[in-house]
Amino acid sequence: MTDVRVAGVGLTRFGSHADRAGRDLFATAAERAFADAGVPREDVEELNYGNFMGALAEHQGHQAPLMAEAAGVRCPATRYESACASAGVAVREAVRTVAAGDADVVLAGGMERMTNLPTAEVTEGLAMAADDLFEVRSGVTFPGAYALMATAYFEAHGGSRRDLAHVASKNHENALPNEYAQFRREVSVDEAMDAPPVAEPLHLYDACPITDGASALVIVSAEYAAEHDVDAPVAVTGTGQGTDRMALGDREHLARTPAADDAAAAAYAAAGVGPDDVDVAEVHDCFTIAEVLALESLGLFEVGEGISAAREGITTADGDLPVNLSGGLKAKGHPVGATGGSQIAELTRLLRGDHPNSEHVPDADVGVAHNAGGTVASAVVHVLEVAE
Amino acid sequence: MTDDDASGEAAASTPTPITDVDYEEWLDAIDAGEGYALVCPDGHGSLPPRRVCPECGSSALSRDPLAETGRVETFSVVHVPSPRFADDAPYVTAIVDLGPVRTTGVLRGLDLESDEPEVGLSVDVGVENRATDGEPLVVFRPTDGA
Repeated sequence: MTDVRVAGVGLTRFGSHADRAGRDLFATAAERAFADAGVPREDVEELNYGNFMGALAEHQGHQAPLMAEAAGVRCPATRYESACASAGVAVREAVRTVAAGDADVVLAGGMERMTNLPTAEVTEGLAMAADDLFEVRSGVTFPGAYALMATAYFEAHGGSRRDLAHVASKNHENALPNEYAQFRREVSVDEAMDAPPVAEPLHLYDACPITDGASALVIVSAEYAAEHDVDAPVAVTGTGQGTDRMALGDREHLARTPAADDAAAAAYAAAGVGPDDVDVAEVHDCFTIAEVLALESLGLFEVGEGISAAREGITTADGDLPVNLSGGLKAKGHPVGATGGSQIAELTRLLRGDHPNSEHVPDADVGVAHNAGGTVASAVVHVLEVAE
Repeated sequence: MTDDDASGEAAASTPTPITDVDYEEWLDAIDAGEGYALVCPDGHGSLPPRRVCPECGSSALSRDPLAETGRVETFSVVHVPSPRFADDAPYVTAIVDLGPVRTTGVLRGLDLESDEPEVGLSVDVGVENRATDGEPLVVFRPTDGA
């Protein structure tokens, strides 16, 4: 496999961008990624763009050519849709394209506009990631689906709402210094416990917010970086993807995410590393329970033990294995189709040492990013390593 | 006016939910107390429409009856609904093991103030209507005497 590097990363601030069209958000992220990379736009050979609900939110289909224009690139452009893993699969295809030697420079990322819709319509829109006939018509919402997983987890392994509140509190604390984060304020465990219920056992602070935002990455071959004197010290050494049955009820496990197990196994194998080598992780915590399930699928914790990781301080900023130092989807925000790219942007900066939270992982060499779609019917895992 | 014009007009005035004849037939069967799942020779259960078993690809699918009572595998009390369930909330969504398949539906018949749902609860399956718009819905109710 050709040595694949992250040459540059760009994000918009995550939050509400009420007066900006999606194309302008992606243009901003792309502009920042090009500036960070020092790679000229005209060298881009493909655009891989993630977006989930643009047809609903902006009445805009066929977004890839629009985003190519916005980013100022003229090349084959494709929109990828895998619900909340849309940008993850877009980045994965960029990595595979460069690894295969089909291109030296690919722009990858995504964008989502969500805050212009009323909350009820966002709820309806996100539910589109579930099976319409057998789940949505039966009353399954997006928080409701993860609530079903949380109840099943507690039943199988124990754990409590308080354990989940520790995940929320940790990720809010991590977001404090992150200039891109939607919520830069502390939420105590007690505050999370006292918040109103959304879908029990999940309450308000167990859920990620509704977010506008965009992410962009300039993915290049190491050969291109060397030839063009581009500083790209972080390599994508492994990528993996998994798929499971669409409806949660059709899965073998109601409290496990085998698609992420498969994605992790493939990514680790490609990188030649294992869970014990991981120094830092960005995982898909759309709900607090999702972080727990991710930790277990990534092999960072045994099945049934991920629930106590935050409470015991293992995954906090000062713990042995910091998780979601960006603030995660939980506090940094979750512009659905941009999230997978933003995770890799955050992880790249953490490994390069120029992230506001890099001080917590000064010697980190190996990072893992976990991006999930729906109730993890889709999952993408990437392994990033410091190459230079 | 041609048939095409007529159908175009109808579609413009009321968006038609996507449906499927096999799904409708399955829902009607549940309503009639004759619910079934599609089962392949290896015993994998699935719900219609199916041409092949989603687990193994077998096209030899037969209709096996659902169990008479099911077991609640997991549940959630939903307080923030989608618009289609606006007048139904709070409601309990549950996944129930019905033998060859699990099915997702709304669990009714519990007083949420005093009657906490629980995993393992024995329920019957049927079809009732959404409070919000009257659309049919898979509904579980505690088995008599449970």
